[in-house]
Amino acid sequence: MTHQIRLTVNGEAVAREVEPRLTLADFLRETLDLTGTHLGCEHGVCGACTVVVDGRSVRGCLMFAVQADETSVVTVEGLAALCPQRGDAVRRGEQQLSVLQDAFRQHHALQCGFCTSGLLTTAHALLAETPDPTPDQVRLAISGNLCRCTGYIPIVEAILDAARRLRE
Amino acid sequence: MPNRYFAARHSNALPVGAAVKAAAFDYLAPRTLDQALTALSAHGDDAKLLAGGQSLAPVLALRLANPAVLIDLNRVAGLDRLQTDGAGDMHVGAMVRSRTLELSPEIARAQPLIHAAMPWVAHVQIRNRGTLGGSLSHADPSAELPAVAIACDAVLTLRSLRGEREVAAESFFKGLFTTALAQDEILTSVRFPGWPATRRCGFIELARRHGDYAIVGVALTVDIDDSAKVTAARLVLFGASDMPMRARAVESALIGEPADAALAARAASAAAAGLDLRSDHQASAEYRRELAQVLTRRALVQAFSAPAATVAGAPPGIAGGQQ
Amino acid sequence: MSLPAASAEHASAGTGAGAHTTAQIGRSLPRLEDARFLTGRATFVDDLKRPGLLHATVVRSPHAHARILGIDASRARALPGVVAVYTWPDIAPIAQTIPIRLGPLPGFEKYLQYPLASDRVRHVGEPVALIVADTRHAAEDALDLVDIDYLTEPAVTTVHQAEAGEALIHPESGSNIASRYTVARGEPALAFAQAAYTRRETFRCHRQAASPMETRGLLAEFDRESGVLRVWGAAKVAFFNRRWLARVFSMVEASIELIEVDVGGSFGVRGELYPEDFLVPFAAMALGRPVKWIEDRRENLLATNHSREIDCVLEIACEADGRIVGLRGRVLADLGAYVRTNGGVVPAKAAQFMPGPYRIPNCEFEVLALITNKTPVGTYRGPGRYEANFFRERLIDLAAIDLGVDAVSIRRINLIGADEMPFDCGQLCPYEPAIEFDTGDFPMAFERALHATDYVALAARNGLGADGRLHGVGLACFVESSGAGPAETGRIKVRADGGIDLFTGCSTMGQGHETVMAQIAADVFSLPVETFTLHHGSTTLVEYGYGTYHSRAVVMGGSALHLAAGKLIAQAGAWYAQRHGLEPSMVAYRGGEFFHDGRLGSLATVAQAAQAGDATARDAIEATATFETKKRTYTYGTHVAQIALDPETAQIEVLRFLAVEDIGRAVNPLLVHGQAIGAAVQGIGATFLDELIYDPQGQLLTGTLADYLLPTATDYPNVEAITLEIHRSRLNPLGVKGAGEGGIVATGAALANAVAAALASTPGYAGVTLTELPLSPERMAALLRQARHSAQRDTQTPAGPAHRGARG
Repeated sequence: MTHQIRLTVNGEAVAREVEPRLTLADFLRETLDLTGTHLGCEHGVCGACTVVVDGRSVRGCLMFAVQADETSVVTVEGLAALCPQRGDAVRRGEQQLSVLQDAFRQHHALQCGFCTSGLLTTAHALLAETPDPTPDQVRLAISGNLCRCTGYIPIVEAILDAARRLRE
Repeated sequence: MPNRYFAARHSNALPVGAAVKAAAFDYLAPRTLDQALTALSAHGDDAKLLAGGQSLAPVLALRLANPAVLIDLNRVAGLDRLQTDGAGDMHVGAMVRSRTLELSPEIARAQPLIHAAMPWVAHVQIRNRGTLGGSLSHADPSAELPAVAIACDAVLTLRSLRGEREVAAESFFKGLFTTALAQDEILTSVRFPGWPATRRCGFIELARRHGDYAIVGVALTVDIDDSAKVTAARLVLFGASDMPMRARAVESALIGEPADAALAARAASAAAAGLDLRSDHQASAEYRRELAQVLTRRALVQAFSAPAATVAGAPPGIAGGQQ
Repeated sequence: MSLPAASAEHASAGTGAGAHTTAQIGRSLPRLEDARFLTGRATFVDDLKRPGLLHATVVRSPHAHARILGIDASRARALPGVVAVYTWPDIAPIAQTIPIRLGPLPGFEKYLQYPLASDRVRHVGEPVALIVADTRHAAEDALDLVDIDYLTEPAVTTVHQAEAGEALIHPESGSNIASRYTVARGEPALAFAQAAYTRRETFRCHRQAASPMETRGLLAEFDRESGVLRVWGAAKVAFFNRRWLARVFSMVEASIELIEVDVGGSFGVRGELYPEDFLVPFAAMALGRPVKWIEDRRENLLATNHSREIDCVLEIACEADGRIVGLRGRVLADLGAYVRTNGGVVPAKAAQFMPGPYRIPNCEFEVLALITNKTPVGTYRGPGRYEANFFRERLIDLAAIDLGVDAVSIRRINLIGADEMPFDCGQLCPYEPAIEFDTGDFPMAFERALHATDYVALAARNGLGADGRLHGVGLACFVESSGAGPAETGRIKVRADGGIDLFTGCSTMGQGHETVMAQIAADVFSLPVETFTLHHGSTTLVEYGYGTYHSRAVVMGGSALHLAAGKLIAQAGAWYAQRHGLEPSMVAYRGGEFFHDGRLGSLATVAQAAQAGDATARDAIEATATFETKKRTYTYGTHVAQIALDPETAQIEVLRFLAVEDIGRAVNPLLVHGQAIGAAVQGIGATFLDELIYDPQGQLLTGTLADYLLPTATDYPNVEAITLEIHRSRLNPLGVKGAGEGGIVATGAALANAVAAALASTPGYAGVTLTELPLSPERMAALLRQARHSAQRDTQTPAGPAHRGARG
């Protein structure tokens, strides 16, 4: 049996029929083709599937799409549109980057880029709530996001730098 | 909550083929408690209640459980309230999220032990969804909130179509993932008794990484009178055995004694007395016994050295799980 | 190239703003490829969809060791949505064993794996059947419906059980010892007989998983019209895998395209040829429809190569002053249930790198590669090195204590100096010729690390601190090979719009090759990096490629593009010369343009002429070059770890960790720094947290990311890296060495030495010997307990043994 859900995804109204067992992450990836949200473990540990639901970061693999009825969801694809932009477009610039995204690039806070979406959405929610975080607050906030490439240090630097630039 | 040793507890039950997508189930989203209770009563064993889903969803994904029906409590009206009554007791709805407990100024003021424990609970994304009722009902032996509920002498309200009953937190937990909830019952709210001015608390846990369930943790309250003597104590160890347990030998060693470091050390030596300690691939029973004693002493020192009615727990450490 | 030959050095990376505009090599340029990852527009294999796509799942053995008495898939086949279920008889007519790509040790041929089990399963997670269905959900639903009748047999879960051979895992082979050989240099027997001091210890390194964030995945599609098989999801060694697939499917290589899309990390494990690399294309060809398989995380922990598990008995021989005269031992490597593509590399490199960066004239190592009922092993970042460095560096510290010299001096007098380069290492690997370290000044990097950490002051504080914790600082030196040959091909083509396409046979799994290769080409062409677009990894791009492993991409692939770029400029210059009746040498090239008494035209002009049909121009605007080498480059360095151990809780905090490595020359210091820091944190995590634990029945107890613990952002914030650019390689035109692995290879060694120093320097804890990894709280608690007991004993009976094995 399927259920009708209506929600907002990256600012756009969406209505779909979904099977109950479809996770929110699979709904975004398979039904809406928003493949920027990644699946690293599908048992709630790695954080790659983090999306923002009604302003709060949540694990997209631990929520069923049917539960997202009447919510507002932001994925990595929607961050640039919702965040302050930096002035100069990035090369081969399919699109501009938000301050946070640009800070990730400047600090080399991504290598393989697989965990990056979840870190960006998590950091986005953090900075919305805590505009001036301490390094420890940043580390705690992203402690539920695994990254195998960077060692986290440049990610923490990028988030702190973005926070500073957003405050200015 | 998933950050716990699935395999240690389920290794032989884990399906070995690839499975990360839940088996099919029917989904019900009742709007009222009565609808939820009726559905639960109708489906019995075939149904599972879905609260925050942070423990249940991975269990479903790995197909460790394949319920025919999920009854989602997220849209049930009235389960997410947080209020203080005239007697000063705090009533927390079962669907109040961990993140709400963490950020609530009212909790910070009136229930400092909850406030102290919350940063240790998993990670922000999990706290954003996870609920008080879900954590208590799941009854993970290493989870923070069940221990906190016992240490606070909380009382749980359980509802069914048959009626309502109250169960003390201490009697609610029956064993590994086992509670006093009958099949047709839903935990609806938790009453945390008012916090006397003489009460202090301590909270400490040791986990492999920040946000993991504890190998061993201690949640405690002590009442200390004007002469700096302990008049009452509730000290709960979690992670150490199959369910959170009061360390009664420690508690009785504290009563009537001056609250100082020497007492903490003396009393803590009995921390693991009478406990059936767990042993798994992360920690042997012997290591858990040592931790129970050390962490009990440290939590007592925290509580003794903190001013009354303030938070004693240190914030979660960065680096190496240092306490 | 205008960089001075003298050394450049950077302790941390900047953003590159204000750097030279002419020299691109050496610039800390933010990556060109970042934007697509940051906006969610990258394409990983699971992001691909094809019309009519089917989904595959793998039925895996729940038993470590069992005979298969029968398989009945009828219930699964009857499930709505299920299209096919394949078992051994379906693939038997064409199936071949998973090939050995690297590290062919004598005897290995008896222990190879077929893509599906036939009559016996040998590890939990071994593929037994492949299910293909309309949806992933249906494919998973069918998993429980394949009825397999197993008869379990005793499981072999340790190298000692394997060597004893009571239960045989491959009965027809007659032994669980897949390979046994001895390598040596000098005269070890004599050296040990004459040495003033010897000591022998038994060490153990634990089993680990690389755990890239993206699990493996493949999408295969067979076009029956054209007979072309396309497989997306290639990584690491696409050309090798294509060659094997062509043989198995009796196709010409040109009819198979392995296509690399974005790859979420490899660290050595991803992209090797696994059973699924056969099964998924097989199903696509059999069904004539595209089939996708995405590994789940539990499968990743059960079925993707494991690594690192080695037991080692190691003995050192020294002069009284600490000069090491001999090192010998026995390496017992747990290879798991089968020999896969590169499992032999792990023990072979552990033995080859056992002497490390020290001159140690006399060595002998017996290597046993043992089969157990566990997941097969393969290479993981710094294969064999992490293990060997731990064994050797730990033993050197123990010897130093025995001999009454300190950890610094024993290393100082044994490290190989610049004047000894190239250094002949002898032949310590049976499938490779003798090797030599190309360039380097090992003591220099060591001194840099000591200086940067103020090591002497730190070491003076070893022992009980004011915080009640045991403090210790540890050292570990390493040498690391990189730039594996034999060859790599680069192709460059100028477009009519002036852009330049670079094609390489190397793969990229997050390292930033799109930026780095552009920097390399930019310097030859004297054009901005934005001019260049790198196309990589896929078999359609260059005729032949070797892939990315052994920190080889920049060394090999970069050098090939460097050569191709020079060739292309010469060709285009010759084209202008011919048109203008000049000698080629009379045409000058600057910044994309050609001159002779004024401007002749640009590269783009030639491309436009080619587009207009000028055949000579078409030849001129494309160049291919192959860079070949038989020798490897060697980086080297030192790791320093400072820790504090809580004696009551057994918790360890890493107060500081520094990795110093000389890589000769950094094309992009920002990216090199990222590699170093990332590798260090990965290794530190592996030393404390990561551990694949099996029970005696061969069940993996750490089969989810909730059990297999990877480091998080809160664990190791105090990690630094210093990259030195002192001794360039002379083996390639860029002077570069690989930079991907030096950050991880000595982490276990340095941390273990730090913990050991903390214990040894604290009264009441000195009586224990740390010889095993990981440094888990459980292990540390046991060691602390043992230390306290031993201290109690010593107070009762004074005079404990001090110098085991000391002579004279």
